[in-house]
Amino acid sequence: MGTGMRFNGCPSKNELASAPGVPSLEDLNRKPLAVIECIEPIPCNPCEHACPFQAITVGDPITNCPVLDPEKCTGCGTCIACCPGLAIFVIDMNFTAATALVTMPYELYPLPQEGAEIDCLGRGGNTVAKGRIHTVKTSEKFDKTALVSIELSKEFAMDVRNIRMC
Amino acid sequence: MKNIDVAVVGAGPAGLSAAIEAAKYGVKTLVIDENRQPGGQLFKQIHKFFGSQAQMAGIRGYEIGKKLLASAQMHHVQMHLNTQVIGIDETNTLAVIKDHHYSEIKARKIILCCGAAEKTLAFPGWTLPGIMGAGAAQTLVNIHRVLPGEKILMVGSGNVGLIVTYHFLQAGANVKAVIDAAHSIKGYGVHAAKIKRAGIPIMLGCTINRAIGKKQVEKAELIRVDERFNKIPSTEIQMDVDTICLAVGLSPSTELARMAGCKLYYDAKLGGYIPLINQDMQTTLEDIYAAGDMTGIEEASIAMEEGRIAGISCAVGLGYCPDTATSQRVVQNIRLNLSQLRSYKPN
Repeated sequence: MGTGMRFNGCPSKNELASAPGVPSLEDLNRKPLAVIECIEPIPCNPCEHACPFQAITVGDPITNCPVLDPEKCTGCGTCIACCPGLAIFVIDMNFTAATALVTMPYELYPLPQEGAEIDCLGRGGNTVAKGRIHTVKTSEKFDKTALVSIELSKEFAMDVRNIRMC
Repeated sequence: MKNIDVAVVGAGPAGLSAAIEAAKYGVKTLVIDENRQPGGQLFKQIHKFFGSQAQMAGIRGYEIGKKLLASAQMHHVQMHLNTQVIGIDETNTLAVIKDHHYSEIKARKIILCCGAAEKTLAFPGWTLPGIMGAGAAQTLVNIHRVLPGEKILMVGSGNVGLIVTYHFLQAGANVKAVIDAAHSIKGYGVHAAKIKRAGIPIMLGCTINRAIGKKQVEKAELIRVDERFNKIPSTEIQMDVDTICLAVGLSPSTELARMAGCKLYYDAKLGGYIPLINQDMQTTLEDIYAAGDMTGIEEASIAMEEGRIAGISCAVGLGYCPDTATSQRVVQNIRLNLSQLRSYKPN
Protein backbone atom coordinates (compact mmCIF):
# COMPACT_ATOMS: atom_id res chain seq x y z
CA MET A 1 0.00 0.00 0.00
CA GLY A 2 1.28 3.47 -0.88
CA THR A 3 1.74 6.47 1.38
CA GLY A 4 0.38 9.98 1.14
CA MET A 5 -2.95 11.71 0.95
CA ARG A 6 -4.80 9.08 -1.09
CA PHE A 7 -3.68 6.21 1.11
CA ASN A 8 -3.94 7.47 4.67
CA GLY A 9 -5.50 10.93 4.51
CA CYS A 10 -2.25 12.69 5.44
CA PRO A 11 -0.19 14.54 2.86
CA SER A 12 3.28 13.02 2.89
CA LYS A 13 6.52 15.00 3.32
CA ASN A 14 7.12 14.72 -0.43
CA GLU A 15 3.61 15.84 -1.30
CA LEU A 16 3.98 18.86 0.96
CA ALA A 17 7.44 19.69 -0.35
CA SER A 18 6.14 19.79 -3.91
CA ALA A 19 2.94 21.73 -3.09
CA PRO A 20 3.24 25.27 -4.51
CA GLY A 21 1.29 26.68 -1.57
CA VAL A 22 3.73 25.42 1.04
CA PRO A 23 6.60 27.88 1.55
CA SER A 24 10.15 26.74 2.20
CA LEU A 25 11.47 26.43 5.75
CA GLU A 26 13.89 29.20 4.88
CA ASP A 27 11.03 31.58 4.10
CA LEU A 28 9.09 30.43 7.16
CA ASN A 29 12.06 31.22 9.37
CA ARG A 30 12.08 34.72 7.94
CA LYS A 31 8.45 35.78 8.54
CA PRO A 32 4.93 34.51 9.36
CA LEU A 33 3.41 32.88 6.28
CA ALA A 34 0.38 30.96 5.07
CA VAL A 35 0.96 27.25 4.54
CA ILE A 36 -1.52 25.94 1.97
CA GLU A 37 -1.64 22.14 2.21
CA CYS A 38 -3.65 21.77 -1.01
CA ILE A 39 -2.08 19.07 -3.14
CA GLU A 40 -4.88 17.77 -5.37
CA PRO A 41 -6.21 19.44 -8.53
CA ILE A 42 -9.56 20.40 -6.98
CA PRO A 43 -11.69 22.86 -9.01
CA CYS A 44 -11.66 25.51 -6.30
CA ASN A 45 -10.34 29.05 -5.94
CA PRO A 46 -11.83 31.08 -3.02
CA CYS A 47 -8.34 31.46 -1.47
CA GLU A 48 -7.14 33.39 -4.50
CA HIS A 49 -9.91 35.96 -4.03
CA ALA A 50 -9.68 36.09 -0.24
CA CYS A 51 -6.06 37.27 -0.09
CA PRO A 52 -5.93 41.06 0.33
CA PHE A 53 -2.33 41.11 -0.92
CA GLN A 54 -2.70 38.97 -4.09
CA ALA A 55 -0.24 36.51 -2.60
CA ILE A 56 -2.23 33.45 -3.72
CA THR A 57 -2.67 32.48 -7.35
CA VAL A 58 -4.84 29.68 -8.71
CA GLY A 59 -5.50 31.11 -12.15
CA ASP A 60 -6.73 29.12 -15.11
CA PRO A 61 -7.54 26.23 -15.10
CA ILE A 62 -9.25 26.39 -11.74
CA THR A 63 -7.82 22.96 -10.86
CA ASN A 64 -4.34 24.43 -10.42
CA CYS A 65 -3.06 24.06 -6.87
CA PRO A 66 -2.76 27.46 -5.21
CA VAL A 67 0.66 29.07 -5.48
CA LEU A 68 1.85 31.18 -2.55
CA ASP A 69 4.11 34.16 -3.10
CA PRO A 70 6.08 34.40 0.16
CA GLU A 71 7.12 37.96 -0.61
CA LYS A 72 3.53 39.22 -0.83
CA CYS A 73 2.12 37.05 1.99
CA THR A 74 1.97 38.85 5.35
CA GLY A 75 0.67 35.89 7.34
CA CYS A 76 -2.54 37.83 8.06
CA GLY A 77 -4.67 34.64 8.01
CA THR A 78 -7.55 36.04 5.96
CA CYS A 79 -7.34 33.01 3.65
CA ILE A 80 -7.70 30.41 6.43
CA ALA A 81 -11.46 30.52 6.92
CA CYS A 82 -12.26 30.77 3.22
CA CYS A 83 -10.74 27.38 2.34
CA PRO A 84 -13.55 24.80 2.05
CA GLY A 85 -10.95 22.07 2.51
CA LEU A 86 -9.71 23.55 5.81
CA ALA A 87 -6.23 23.14 4.35
CA ILE A 88 -4.69 26.55 5.09
CA PHE A 89 -2.64 27.32 8.19
CA VAL A 90 -0.49 30.28 9.17
CA ILE A 91 2.82 29.65 10.86
CA ASP A 92 4.80 32.22 12.77
CA MET A 93 8.00 30.28 13.34
CA ASN A 94 9.63 32.94 15.51
CA PHE A 95 6.76 33.85 17.79
CA THR A 96 9.21 33.81 20.71
CA ALA A 97 12.76 32.53 20.90
CA ALA A 98 11.49 29.05 21.82
CA THR A 99 7.95 28.93 20.46
CA ALA A 100 6.04 29.13 17.22
CA LEU A 101 2.44 30.19 16.67
CA VAL A 102 0.30 27.91 14.48
CA THR A 103 -3.07 29.29 13.39
CA MET A 104 -5.63 26.79 12.12
CA PRO A 105 -9.29 26.66 11.08
CA TYR A 106 -11.52 25.18 13.78
CA GLU A 107 -15.18 24.20 13.42
CA LEU A 108 -16.04 22.30 16.60
CA TYR A 109 -17.97 23.62 19.56
CA PRO A 110 -17.26 24.53 22.25
CA LEU A 111 -14.45 26.72 21.01
CA PRO A 112 -11.30 26.45 23.13
CA GLN A 113 -10.60 29.04 25.82
CA GLU A 114 -7.71 31.40 25.30
CA GLY A 115 -4.86 30.43 27.59
CA ALA A 116 -5.99 26.79 27.87
CA GLU A 117 -3.41 24.01 27.79
CA ILE A 118 -4.20 21.59 24.98
CA ASP A 119 -2.85 18.54 23.21
CA CYS A 120 -1.38 19.37 19.83
CA LEU A 121 -2.22 16.74 17.22
CA GLY A 122 -0.36 15.81 14.07
CA ARG A 123 -1.87 15.21 10.64
CA GLY A 124 -2.63 11.65 11.68
CA GLY A 125 -4.50 12.69 14.82
CA ASN A 126 -1.64 11.56 17.07
CA THR A 127 -0.64 13.68 20.08
CA VAL A 128 2.63 15.37 19.19
CA ALA A 129 3.15 17.96 21.93
CA LYS A 130 1.50 20.14 24.54
CA GLY A 131 0.56 23.66 23.59
CA ARG A 132 -1.42 26.67 24.75
CA ILE A 133 -4.31 28.45 23.07
CA HIS A 134 -3.06 31.93 22.31
CA THR A 135 -6.07 33.43 20.57
CA VAL A 136 -9.45 32.39 19.21
CA LYS A 137 -10.82 34.65 16.52
CA THR A 138 -14.32 34.60 15.12
CA SER A 139 -15.95 37.00 12.72
CA GLU A 140 -18.97 37.18 10.49
CA LYS A 141 -16.62 37.09 7.52
CA PHE A 142 -15.18 33.75 8.66
CA ASP A 143 -18.73 32.32 8.55
CA LYS A 144 -18.54 30.09 11.65
CA THR A 145 -15.00 28.88 11.04
CA ALA A 146 -12.92 30.03 14.01
CA LEU A 147 -9.23 30.83 13.73
CA VAL A 148 -7.42 29.20 16.62
CA SER A 149 -3.80 30.16 17.26
CA ILE A 150 -1.73 27.85 19.41
CA GLU A 151 1.67 28.50 20.87
CA LEU A 152 3.96 25.50 20.94
CA SER A 153 7.59 24.53 20.88
CA LYS A 154 8.83 25.54 17.41
CA GLU A 155 10.23 22.12 16.53
CA PHE A 156 6.63 20.86 16.19
CA ALA A 157 5.25 23.77 14.15
CA MET A 158 5.37 21.91 10.83
CA ASP A 159 3.70 18.79 12.26
CA VAL A 160 0.83 20.08 14.39
CA ARG A 161 -2.44 20.60 12.54
CA ASN A 162 -5.17 20.04 15.13
CA ILE A 163 -5.86 20.32 18.84
CA ARG A 164 -7.64 18.35 21.49
CA MET A 165 -8.81 19.81 24.78
CA CYS A 166 -7.07 18.24 27.75
CA MET B 1 -56.00 20.41 -15.02
CA LYS B 2 -53.42 23.09 -14.46
CA ASN B 3 -51.50 24.47 -17.45
CA ILE B 4 -47.98 25.81 -17.18
CA ASP B 5 -45.10 26.69 -19.53
CA VAL B 6 -42.39 24.76 -17.72
CA ALA B 7 -42.83 22.18 -14.97
CA VAL B 8 -39.70 21.27 -13.03
CA VAL B 9 -39.80 18.04 -11.05
CA GLY B 10 -37.54 18.35 -8.01
CA ALA B 11 -36.62 21.43 -5.98
CA GLY B 12 -32.96 20.55 -5.37
CA PRO B 13 -30.02 22.59 -6.68
CA ALA B 14 -30.62 21.53 -10.30
CA GLY B 15 -34.40 22.07 -10.25
CA LEU B 16 -34.26 25.44 -8.52
CA SER B 17 -31.50 26.67 -10.84
CA ALA B 18 -33.45 25.50 -13.89
CA ALA B 19 -36.64 27.19 -12.70
CA ILE B 20 -34.85 30.46 -11.85
CA GLU B 21 -33.22 30.70 -15.30
CA ALA B 22 -36.46 29.93 -17.15
CA ALA B 23 -38.43 32.37 -15.01
CA LYS B 24 -35.85 35.10 -15.66
CA TYR B 25 -37.00 35.06 -19.28
CA GLY B 26 -40.61 35.44 -18.24
CA VAL B 27 -41.50 31.77 -18.61
CA LYS B 28 -44.33 30.67 -16.29
CA THR B 29 -42.50 28.07 -14.22
CA LEU B 30 -43.69 25.63 -11.59
CA VAL B 31 -41.46 23.50 -9.37
CA ILE B 32 -42.94 20.36 -7.85
CA ASP B 33 -41.32 18.53 -4.95
CA GLU B 34 -42.49 15.74 -2.69
CA ASN B 35 -40.72 17.17 0.36
CA ARG B 36 -42.09 19.68 2.83
CA GLN B 37 -39.23 22.07 2.13
CA PRO B 38 -37.50 22.94 -1.14
CA GLY B 39 -33.71 22.75 -1.48
CA GLY B 40 -33.14 19.04 -1.93
CA GLN B 41 -30.03 17.99 -0.03
CA LEU B 42 -28.61 21.53 0.18
CA PHE B 43 -30.01 22.36 3.62
CA LYS B 44 -28.14 19.54 5.30
CA GLN B 45 -24.81 20.52 3.75
CA ILE B 46 -23.33 22.54 6.58
CA HIS B 47 -19.82 22.66 5.09
CA LYS B 48 -18.35 25.22 2.73
CA PHE B 49 -18.48 24.16 -0.93
CA PHE B 50 -15.57 23.90 -3.31
CA GLY B 51 -15.77 25.65 -6.63
CA SER B 52 -15.19 28.91 -8.35
CA GLN B 53 -15.57 32.18 -6.49
CA ALA B 54 -17.82 33.23 -9.36
CA GLN B 55 -20.31 30.44 -8.52
CA MET B 56 -20.81 30.62 -4.77
CA ALA B 57 -17.75 28.62 -3.75
CA GLY B 58 -16.62 28.90 -0.15
CA ILE B 59 -20.26 29.27 0.92
CA ARG B 60 -21.95 26.66 3.11
CA GLY B 61 -24.49 24.48 1.29
CA TYR B 62 -27.50 25.66 3.28
CA GLU B 63 -26.61 29.27 2.50
CA ILE B 64 -26.58 28.40 -1.20
CA GLY B 65 -30.03 26.87 -0.68
CA LYS B 66 -31.28 30.11 0.90
CA LYS B 67 -29.90 32.14 -2.01
CA LEU B 68 -31.60 29.89 -4.57
CA LEU B 69 -34.94 30.10 -2.75
CA ALA B 70 -34.73 33.89 -2.53
CA SER B 71 -33.94 34.08 -6.23
CA ALA B 72 -36.79 31.71 -7.12
CA GLN B 73 -39.18 33.87 -5.15
CA MET B 74 -37.89 37.07 -6.74
CA HIS B 75 -38.49 35.64 -10.21
CA HIS B 76 -42.00 34.43 -9.32
CA VAL B 77 -41.30 30.72 -9.61
CA GLN B 78 -44.37 28.81 -8.41
CA MET B 79 -43.74 26.02 -5.94
CA HIS B 80 -45.87 22.96 -5.19
CA LEU B 81 -44.45 21.18 -2.15
CA ASN B 82 -45.62 17.98 -0.44
CA THR B 83 -46.53 17.01 -3.98
CA GLN B 84 -45.54 13.72 -5.55
CA VAL B 85 -45.29 13.26 -9.29
CA ILE B 86 -46.49 9.70 -9.83
CA GLY B 87 -46.83 9.69 -13.59
CA ILE B 88 -45.97 11.34 -16.87
CA ASP B 89 -47.46 10.74 -20.30
CA GLU B 90 -46.80 11.52 -23.96
CA THR B 91 -48.89 14.71 -23.83
CA ASN B 92 -46.48 16.19 -21.25
CA THR B 93 -49.03 15.78 -18.52
CA LEU B 94 -47.82 15.08 -15.01
CA ALA B 95 -49.97 13.07 -12.63
CA VAL B 96 -49.54 14.45 -9.13
CA ILE B 97 -50.75 13.67 -5.64
CA LYS B 98 -50.99 16.19 -2.84
CA ASP B 99 -52.73 15.48 0.46
CA HIS B 100 -54.18 12.24 -0.97
CA HIS B 101 -55.73 14.31 -3.75
CA TYR B 102 -55.02 13.52 -7.40
CA SER B 103 -54.62 16.16 -10.10
CA GLU B 104 -52.90 16.73 -13.42
CA ILE B 105 -50.51 19.39 -14.63
CA LYS B 106 -49.97 19.93 -18.33
CA ALA B 107 -46.69 21.59 -19.25
CA ARG B 108 -45.25 22.75 -22.55
CA LYS B 109 -41.78 21.68 -21.36
CA ILE B 110 -40.79 19.44 -18.47
CA ILE B 111 -37.42 19.49 -16.70
CA LEU B 112 -36.76 16.36 -14.66
CA CYS B 113 -34.42 17.03 -11.73
CA CYS B 114 -35.29 14.01 -9.62
CA GLY B 115 -31.91 13.60 -7.97
CA ALA B 116 -30.63 10.29 -6.73
CA ALA B 117 -31.19 7.64 -4.10
CA GLU B 118 -28.62 6.07 -1.81
CA LYS B 119 -27.28 2.69 -2.75
CA THR B 120 -27.04 0.09 -0.07
CA LEU B 121 -24.92 -2.90 0.76
CA ALA B 122 -26.28 -6.27 1.80
CA PHE B 123 -24.45 -8.28 4.46
CA PRO B 124 -25.59 -10.59 7.25
CA GLY B 125 -27.39 -8.49 9.84
CA TRP B 126 -27.87 -5.48 7.55
CA THR B 127 -31.54 -5.09 8.49
CA LEU B 128 -30.75 -4.48 12.18
CA PRO B 129 -31.88 -1.09 13.49
CA GLY B 130 -28.97 1.32 13.58
CA ILE B 131 -27.84 0.55 10.04
CA MET B 132 -28.74 3.29 7.61
CA GLY B 133 -27.66 5.32 4.62
CA ALA B 134 -25.12 8.04 5.33
CA GLY B 135 -27.42 10.58 3.70
CA ALA B 136 -30.28 9.54 5.98
CA ALA B 137 -27.99 9.91 8.99
CA GLN B 138 -26.95 13.34 7.73
CA THR B 139 -30.63 14.35 7.57
CA LEU B 140 -31.12 13.18 11.16
CA VAL B 141 -28.10 15.13 12.40
CA ASN B 142 -28.28 18.34 10.40
CA ILE B 143 -32.01 18.78 9.77
CA HIS B 144 -33.61 17.11 12.79
CA ARG B 145 -30.61 17.67 15.13
CA VAL B 146 -30.69 14.09 16.37
CA LEU B 147 -27.63 11.84 16.53
CA PRO B 148 -28.40 8.36 15.19
CA GLY B 149 -26.01 6.88 17.76
CA GLU B 150 -22.91 7.38 19.82
CA LYS B 151 -20.46 4.92 18.27
CA ILE B 152 -20.56 5.08 14.53
CA LEU B 153 -18.91 3.09 11.76
CA MET B 154 -18.83 4.75 8.34
CA VAL B 155 -18.67 2.41 5.35
CA GLY B 156 -17.30 4.22 2.31
CA SER B 157 -14.50 6.77 1.87
CA GLY B 158 -16.08 8.76 -0.95
CA ASN B 159 -16.96 12.39 -0.41
CA VAL B 160 -20.32 11.55 1.17
CA GLY B 161 -18.70 9.21 3.70
CA LEU B 162 -15.92 11.66 4.54
CA ILE B 163 -18.15 14.73 4.77
CA VAL B 164 -20.86 13.06 6.84
CA THR B 165 -18.14 11.74 9.16
CA TYR B 166 -16.95 15.32 9.67
CA HIS B 167 -20.54 16.43 10.37
CA PHE B 168 -20.82 13.65 12.98
CA LEU B 169 -17.66 14.96 14.62
CA GLN B 170 -19.14 18.44 14.70
CA ALA B 171 -22.31 16.99 16.24
CA GLY B 172 -20.27 15.35 19.00
CA ALA B 173 -20.51 11.70 17.95
CA ASN B 174 -17.68 9.21 18.20
CA VAL B 175 -16.89 7.87 14.75
CA LYS B 176 -14.93 4.66 15.34
CA ALA B 177 -13.60 4.34 11.79
CA VAL B 178 -14.18 4.98 8.13
CA ILE B 179 -13.68 1.81 6.10
CA ASP B 180 -13.48 1.16 2.37
CA ALA B 181 -12.94 -2.01 0.38
CA ALA B 182 -10.89 0.05 -2.06
CA HIS B 183 -7.17 0.38 -1.41
CA SER B 184 -7.12 4.14 -1.73
CA ILE B 185 -9.38 6.92 -0.45
CA LYS B 186 -12.20 7.62 -2.91
CA GLY B 187 -13.06 11.21 -1.98
CA TYR B 188 -11.07 14.42 -1.87
CA GLY B 189 -7.87 14.22 0.17
CA VAL B 190 -8.66 17.39 2.11
CA HIS B 191 -11.95 15.90 3.33
CA ALA B 192 -10.02 12.82 4.48
CA ALA B 193 -7.34 15.01 6.11
CA LYS B 194 -9.94 16.83 8.25
CA ILE B 195 -11.15 13.63 9.90
CA LYS B 196 -7.75 11.97 9.95
CA ARG B 197 -6.20 14.76 12.00
CA ALA B 198 -9.13 14.43 14.41
CA GLY B 199 -7.89 10.90 15.03
CA ILE B 200 -10.50 8.90 13.09
CA PRO B 201 -8.92 5.80 11.54
CA ILE B 202 -9.40 5.35 7.80
CA MET B 203 -9.14 1.62 7.12
CA LEU B 204 -8.68 0.71 3.47
CA GLY B 205 -8.86 -2.73 1.92
CA CYS B 206 -11.45 -3.51 4.56
CA THR B 207 -15.15 -4.31 4.31
CA ILE B 208 -18.01 -5.20 6.58
CA ASN B 209 -18.47 -8.94 7.02
CA ARG B 210 -21.57 -8.89 9.19
CA ALA B 211 -23.46 -6.86 11.75
CA ILE B 212 -24.07 -8.43 15.15
CA GLY B 213 -26.81 -7.52 17.60
CA LYS B 214 -30.11 -8.57 19.12
CA LYS B 215 -32.53 -5.65 19.05
CA GLN B 216 -30.14 -3.32 17.26
CA VAL B 217 -26.62 -3.35 15.92
CA GLU B 218 -24.09 -3.86 18.73
CA LYS B 219 -20.97 -4.88 16.83
CA ALA B 220 -19.63 -4.66 13.32
CA GLU B 221 -17.42 -7.46 12.10
CA LEU B 222 -14.85 -6.18 9.63
CA ILE B 223 -12.69 -8.23 7.32
CA ARG B 224 -9.73 -7.38 5.10
CA VAL B 225 -10.02 -7.77 1.33
CA ASP B 226 -7.30 -8.21 -1.28
CA GLU B 227 -6.75 -6.09 -4.39
CA ARG B 228 -9.54 -8.01 -6.14
CA PHE B 229 -11.93 -7.49 -3.21
CA ASN B 230 -11.79 -11.13 -2.12
CA LYS B 231 -12.17 -11.51 1.63
CA ILE B 232 -8.98 -12.64 3.32
CA PRO B 233 -9.83 -15.47 5.75
CA SER B 234 -9.01 -15.07 9.44
CA THR B 235 -8.64 -11.29 9.26
CA GLU B 236 -11.97 -10.56 10.97
CA ILE B 237 -12.07 -8.02 13.77
CA GLN B 238 -15.06 -6.87 15.78
CA MET B 239 -15.84 -3.29 16.68
CA ASP B 240 -18.39 -2.03 19.24
CA VAL B 241 -20.81 0.23 17.38
CA ASP B 242 -24.43 1.27 17.68
CA THR B 243 -24.69 2.77 14.20
CA ILE B 244 -23.40 1.71 10.80
CA CYS B 245 -23.69 4.27 8.02
CA LEU B 246 -23.49 3.15 4.42
CA ALA B 247 -21.94 5.65 2.03
CA VAL B 248 -21.56 3.31 -0.91
CA GLY B 249 -22.73 5.50 -3.72
CA LEU B 250 -25.85 6.99 -5.20
CA SER B 251 -28.17 5.80 -7.91
CA PRO B 252 -29.80 8.30 -10.32
CA SER B 253 -33.60 8.46 -9.88
CA THR B 254 -34.70 7.82 -13.45
CA GLU B 255 -38.22 6.42 -12.90
CA LEU B 256 -40.06 9.34 -14.52
CA ALA B 257 -37.63 9.56 -17.44
CA ARG B 258 -38.14 5.84 -18.02
CA MET B 259 -41.92 6.16 -17.77
CA ALA B 260 -41.92 9.08 -20.22
CA GLY B 261 -40.02 6.98 -22.73
CA CYS B 262 -36.71 8.87 -22.68
CA LYS B 263 -33.87 6.75 -23.95
CA LEU B 264 -31.57 5.66 -21.12
CA TYR B 265 -28.06 4.30 -21.23
CA TYR B 266 -25.68 2.76 -18.74
CA ASP B 267 -22.65 4.63 -17.43
CA ALA B 268 -21.03 2.97 -14.44
CA LYS B 269 -18.94 6.06 -13.58
CA LEU B 270 -22.01 8.28 -13.48
CA GLY B 271 -23.96 5.90 -11.24
CA GLY B 272 -25.86 3.53 -13.56
CA TYR B 273 -28.74 4.08 -15.99
CA ILE B 274 -29.19 7.73 -16.94
CA PRO B 275 -31.17 9.52 -19.63
CA LEU B 276 -29.35 10.24 -22.86
CA ILE B 277 -29.16 14.02 -23.13
CA ASN B 278 -27.71 16.48 -25.59
CA GLN B 279 -25.68 19.54 -24.68
CA ASP B 280 -28.88 21.52 -24.03
CA MET B 281 -29.85 18.94 -21.39
CA GLN B 282 -32.66 17.77 -23.68
CA THR B 283 -33.55 14.09 -23.50
CA THR B 284 -34.43 12.04 -26.57
CA LEU B 285 -37.96 13.47 -26.23
CA GLU B 286 -38.27 17.00 -27.57
CA ASP B 287 -40.12 18.55 -24.62
CA ILE B 288 -38.40 16.72 -21.78
CA TYR B 289 -35.14 17.90 -20.27
CA ALA B 290 -33.14 16.49 -17.39
CA ALA B 291 -30.46 17.89 -15.09
CA GLY B 292 -28.61 17.22 -11.86
CA ASP B 293 -27.79 13.89 -10.25
CA MET B 294 -30.39 11.99 -12.26
CA THR B 295 -28.22 12.59 -15.33
CA GLY B 296 -25.13 11.32 -13.48
CA ILE B 297 -23.88 11.54 -9.91
CA GLU B 298 -21.74 14.66 -9.60
CA GLU B 299 -21.34 17.69 -7.35
CA ALA B 300 -24.11 20.15 -6.45
CA SER B 301 -22.15 22.89 -8.22
CA ILE B 302 -22.43 20.85 -11.43
CA ALA B 303 -26.14 20.17 -10.86
CA MET B 304 -26.80 23.90 -10.60
CA GLU B 305 -24.99 24.67 -13.87
CA GLU B 306 -26.79 21.83 -15.66
CA GLY B 307 -30.11 23.11 -14.34
CA ARG B 308 -29.35 26.58 -15.63
CA ILE B 309 -28.69 25.23 -19.13
CA ALA B 310 -31.95 23.26 -19.07
CA GLY B 311 -33.89 26.33 -17.92
CA ILE B 312 -32.45 28.56 -20.62
CA SER B 313 -32.94 25.87 -23.29
CA CYS B 314 -36.63 25.63 -22.39
CA ALA B 315 -37.03 29.41 -22.48
CA VAL B 316 -35.40 29.47 -25.92
CA GLY B 317 -37.49 26.53 -27.12
CA LEU B 318 -40.69 28.27 -26.07
CA GLY B 319 -39.76 31.45 -27.89
CA TYR B 320 -39.09 33.57 -24.80
CA CYS B 321 -35.58 34.60 -25.91
CA PRO B 322 -35.76 36.80 -28.98
CA ASP B 323 -32.09 37.67 -28.47
CA THR B 324 -30.69 34.19 -29.00
CA ALA B 325 -27.13 35.46 -29.38
CA THR B 326 -27.10 36.61 -25.76
CA SER B 327 -28.65 33.44 -24.40
CA GLN B 328 -26.19 31.40 -26.46
CA ARG B 329 -23.32 33.32 -24.91
CA VAL B 330 -24.67 32.66 -21.41
CA VAL B 331 -24.97 28.96 -22.18
CA GLN B 332 -21.46 28.87 -23.63
CA ASN B 333 -20.11 30.35 -20.39
CA ILE B 334 -21.98 27.79 -18.31
CA ARG B 335 -20.55 24.99 -20.47
CA LEU B 336 -17.08 26.36 -19.88
CA ASN B 337 -17.72 26.39 -16.11
CA LEU B 338 -18.97 22.83 -16.33
CA SER B 339 -15.90 21.58 -18.14
CA GLN B 340 -13.71 23.19 -15.47
CA LEU B 341 -15.76 21.77 -12.62
CA ARG B 342 -15.51 18.34 -14.23
CA SER B 343 -11.80 18.46 -14.88
CA TYR B 344 -10.94 16.66 -11.66
CA LYS B 345 -12.37 13.30 -10.72
CA PRO B 346 -10.99 11.63 -7.62
CA ASN B 347 -9.91 8.08 -8.50
